[in-house]
Amino acid sequence: MTTAHHRGLAPVRAVLDNGAVVIAQQSPTTPAVTINATVAAGTVCDPPAQAGLAHFVSRTIDRGTHARRGEDIAEALDRRGVSLSTSVNRHVLSLVCTCLIDDLDAILDLLADIVRHPAFPEDTVRTRRSEIVTLIRQDEDSPATVATEGLLADLYGPAHGYGRRPRGSVESVEGIDRAALERFHAARFGPGSLSLVLVGDLEPARAVDAARLAFGAWQAPPAPAVALEAPPPAGVRRVRVVPMMNKAQADIAYGFTGIRRSDPAFNAYWLMNNILGQYSLGGRLGDSIRERQGMAYYVFSSLDANVIPGPFIIRAGVSPANVDRALASIDEELTRLAADGPTERELTESKQYLIGSMPRTLETNAGIATFLQTVEFFGLGLDYDLRIPERLRAVTRDDVHEAARRTLVPARATAVIAGPYAPTG
Amino acid sequence: MASLEHAAAAGTRVHDETLDNGLRVLIQELHTAPLASVWCWYRVGSKDETTGQTGVSHWVEHMNFKGTTNIPRDKVKGIIEQFGGYWNGYTWIDQTTYTETATRDALDRMLFIESERMASCLYDPADCESERTVIISELQGGENDPDTLLDQELTAVAFKSHPYRHPTIGWLSDLQTMTRDDLYAHYRRFYVPNNATLVIVGDIDARDAMRGVVRHFGGVRPVEVVRRPLTVEPAQLGERRLMVSREGTTAYLKVGVRAPAIGDADFFPMLVLDAVLTGAKGVNLWASFRTPPPQRSARLYRALVDAGLASSVSGGLVPTAEPFLYTMSATATAGTPLASLEAVLVEELDRVRTHGITPGELEKAIHQLRARLVFENDSITHIAHQLGYFETIASWRGVASLQARIEAVTLESVAAAAAGRLAAVNRTIGWFEPRPVGSGEGAP
Repeated sequence: MTTAHHRGLAPVRAVLDNGAVVIAQQSPTTPAVTINATVAAGTVCDPPAQAGLAHFVSRTIDRGTHARRGEDIAEALDRRGVSLSTSVNRHVLSLVCTCLIDDLDAILDLLADIVRHPAFPEDTVRTRRSEIVTLIRQDEDSPATVATEGLLADLYGPAHGYGRRPRGSVESVEGIDRAALERFHAARFGPGSLSLVLVGDLEPARAVDAARLAFGAWQAPPAPAVALEAPPPAGVRRVRVVPMMNKAQADIAYGFTGIRRSDPAFNAYWLMNNILGQYSLGGRLGDSIRERQGMAYYVFSSLDANVIPGPFIIRAGVSPANVDRALASIDEELTRLAADGPTERELTESKQYLIGSMPRTLETNAGIATFLQTVEFFGLGLDYDLRIPERLRAVTRDDVHEAARRTLVPARATAVIAGPYAPTG
Repeated sequence: MASLEHAAAAGTRVHDETLDNGLRVLIQELHTAPLASVWCWYRVGSKDETTGQTGVSHWVEHMNFKGTTNIPRDKVKGIIEQFGGYWNGYTWIDQTTYTETATRDALDRMLFIESERMASCLYDPADCESERTVIISELQGGENDPDTLLDQELTAVAFKSHPYRHPTIGWLSDLQTMTRDDLYAHYRRFYVPNNATLVIVGDIDARDAMRGVVRHFGGVRPVEVVRRPLTVEPAQLGERRLMVSREGTTAYLKVGVRAPAIGDADFFPMLVLDAVLTGAKGVNLWASFRTPPPQRSARLYRALVDAGLASSVSGGLVPTAEPFLYTMSATATAGTPLASLEAVLVEELDRVRTHGITPGELEKAIHQLRARLVFENDSITHIAHQLGYFETIASWRGVASLQARIEAVTLESVAAAAAGRLAAVNRTIGWFEPRPVGSGEGAP
């Protein structure tokens, strides 16, 4: 049993006069600071006819502002050894970088300019569009991506915010122009949708002052709410095959719609996912499909508890000859967990593991910043890291059993198989 | 800059001791988080494999997670997990390594696991068979990715005789025919204390840790590792080309040139040259596993991506024991012929061969590389990896001198490295030219 207790973060949270949220965490590991700026402008905000718009914004926002050319931004970052990464998921668009403490003010000033005043230069938009089209074509040639995106489309519907392809299609992206990017930015970016986390070797008060200097004067109207329908109810079992005969291995994506992050059963689901498809090398699924049957290099499950019920997905990459046997094994493991629940020992082990892994999760500045953004997005509370152990310890076998019974029903599963596979019978 | 000097001091307070049986032990105390990381490195990788047994080192790595004399097969899981820990291993051309990172009170269990792995793995015949198909699945999963496939082909063409030429995962037919006894013989030959380095970093007491090492490893007997000299790759006599032609949606270009080994005089000039061409990265293999950070003022980024010819470009120069490859990779945008992409890339290579880099580029590259060293010192797992990685290919002391070696790079040394290394005669150029999907051409 572990005795090296996690001592807890002590983040400082401030709301600027314009509504922007700033969270600062001091961490003396290296003479550097990680900046994580998150805006509520994820792919669910894409207009239905312009799938891929938020992603397009994420790939163009840092390519020029009204005051700075794209190459000047690149030069200003590179000169300081700073790499700015932009990414987008269903709900947020993030800009993340790490810089030396001495460069903090200059980098925050640059970042604020990028977030507030992107110019989306016409020629850059054209170049980036062709880059995105290439990415989409690569996705269409990847069995893993085809299977996962196919599963989400089947679970939520291809037009739903959780079912759409995050990068859109070649057709939708070709319809996105500079004006669309500007409209998206004007509608979605504002201090009210910004959450800025700073983690590094500096006093929280100094971090908040620096953030205020960069973002305090920003004014913009609040973003309109995004309508997100609850996922359609699970019906009958559906298995769809996308033949990709030029590939060597088939990818399976198998899943259900799961739960909201705010669901009281979240911790039971967290443990259920760990037992089924995470613990050690892929939990029970890994034991069966990789260790005992030698069928796959990877098999795992993942839980995405989100604003609405997110997907609960099982993934595996197997030889085409083993697809049927792998599907049967997944069914079998799900049925067993739903019928009998976990053993007491499994539950204890997964609790110990998840509680004990907190210091690793929070070891690096970037890890802390990601954790604090999640805490802020779902409103989990600034002491959430300290409350995780008691919450996990309170989960019973019956709670996990109930979670498994509620969700892991093979007769209602949806699966997509992409690869060199033709179904038999 | 003061902050950089402070960071550079990390890596210098390393306790370095060798047991009587030859096990090299490196310990560094770091009390930033209540964690400890252990890495056990072996000087064996795919370069130590012969025809018919390619992939044996990697397969042995897999087998070394499947139970030992004192850790029954069904008890492997859970030892580290109960401390919230992470464990893994990897095999590459020069090395095989195993790691655990967990709360600090797991240290004794980590040392126990690694000592068992060194001396007492089981190699149950049924487990060997079951793992055969897992590894073939890993190989086929890799081949699903055109970029991985092209990389494998390029390496095999760039080397005609040195064992760096075959992929670490092995060729398929060898994976189909190797036996349990092949695996076990490879294990017994290379998994001896005098062929290993044990690294411990974290919130631990170095003397306590050393006592634990002696307790767990002191009784493991050394065995001399007999190695034949490796074939020296003959000089390349002219540009080499290859084409991979399979169904796909996207075209890929790779250009490989012979790279210096870590001990060669022009390794650090080449590192700076790579930073100028494709952006700075961390100086080890792990850094190349991560998505390369965007550095858009790099020359090839501007020439290929900003110009709309490629959707991405990257460069890879990884420290190795013997001369390996420096590879530049680009993904063509839809509609861009590979010939056009190649022409622009080669033009950039010729430009830097003729004119070298500018003083401004040198200064920027050095600053970027120093910043990478600071940023990647943020976890005990990375710090421990770096020590063991360098000790396995050269010496851990190379870690402490990285910054000084980078700062010592001059315009002249970069120009000389560029003029020699990037010459047409040293290039191997690979194309992945996609055939239309559904055409039935190039199916596996």
